[in-house]
Amino acid sequence: MKTFDPIVPGSQPERNYPGYVSTALRNPREPLIVIPQTLSELTGPVYGHGAIGETDNDLTRQCAGEPQGERIVVSGRVLDEGGRPISNTLVEVWQANAAGRYRHANDNHPAPLDPNFIGGGRMMTDHEGNYSFVSIKPGAYPWRNHYNAWRPAHIHFSLYGTAFLSRLVTQMYFPGDPLFPYDPILQSIRDERARRRLISTFDLENTKPDWALAFRFDIVLRGRDATPFENKP
Amino acid sequence: MKHDARDLVPAPSQTVGPFFHIGLAYEADSGKLAGDQAVGNRIRLVIRVLDAEGAGVPDALIELWQADANGNYNHPDDPRQHAADPAFRGHGRQPSDNDGITVFETVRPGRVAGVDGELQAPHINVHIFARGILRHISTRIYFTGDPANSEDAILRLIPLERRETLLARDDRDDQRTWCIDFRLSGAGETVFFDA
Repeated sequence: MKTFDPIVPGSQPERNYPGYVSTALRNPREPLIVIPQTLSELTGPVYGHGAIGETDNDLTRQCAGEPQGERIVVSGRVLDEGGRPISNTLVEVWQANAAGRYRHANDNHPAPLDPNFIGGGRMMTDHEGNYSFVSIKPGAYPWRNHYNAWRPAHIHFSLYGTAFLSRLVTQMYFPGDPLFPYDPILQSIRDERARRRLISTFDLENTKPDWALAFRFDIVLRGRDATPFENKP
Repeated sequence: MKHDARDLVPAPSQTVGPFFHIGLAYEADSGKLAGDQAVGNRIRLVIRVLDAEGAGVPDALIELWQADANGNYNHPDDPRQHAADPAFRGHGRQPSDNDGITVFETVRPGRVAGVDGELQAPHINVHIFARGILRHISTRIYFTGDPANSEDAILRLIPLERRETLLARDDRDDQRTWCIDFRLSGAGETVFFDA
């Protein structure tokens, strides 16, 4: 059966990245053992979870009232390395509220919780690999990695794709954030071109007049049918 | 500049962070890979995730993917998908508890095809996510005492003294329960794979 291309060198973060302190005790020091891709790696959960609820792709409509913050529409396409759309695949997202606070017992940031914002969403891509959801722009927030450390505003993404090997958990950032150079999580990706793949673009075309700004975030997953003539770095 | 995935290189991974429960751990039955009607020997899998100092990792997310009791994956690329057990989901994901422990209910998997058509020993595929892990790490769970282990092509790639890090042990008092520790780093580090 057809296998997937190897990972492009430099396109992924370093596992043991000293600037991100928590990596120190939680990552292998021994070299990974390279194994062939078998059915176990090249298959994977097709849906990965149960049914999608009606407001799962609108994080502003999951509570009694509307959340505080700047309303946004985030959309994009999920593609494999051959540029083929990955249809009917699960996309899950979670994020902080507009003040930079997560609705989570372990988030101690003294910023207000929003009674009208939970911060979790999920959707399936359509037959052309498109997804879209409505939310509010998350705030930046402090963390304890180093003195005066702040995470740039981001939305967490989780995708399954077509195989166990195509699994991706990542974060989407917003264009022009001044915190990028100081964020070790983003900077753990050494290659600037690779970092740019996680920064959404302002999307005037999908911006809804008198209602919400739009951002575009296309996502490429590992996948077969990579075309050998593709001009990869 | 329009972002259009123009270079078709897979997106970089980022850590799942400490708050993934909001988006990924909302289902009550996500640790149950096998439905009540699934065929096979039911097992309870107790996984403990430990850091380099031997402390339990309280905020890990463990994901499993496995074949059914007859070695079939319910996936279109498995030529035997037509024979896959419809009552077997094969996928589970669960957050660890304060001690780094998570428990799954499943059936013991059958043997699936490996490279060159030879059969692999029964195994469960694993991804581990956590705060501090920028790219998820992947491994497999095998079963201590399975006669097929000695002929498994993947296990044979691993130096003998490290193979046991992938072998779940059955509980002496309860042979339905299998236990394994994943040591993310340091002494006795689990073998992790790059495929």
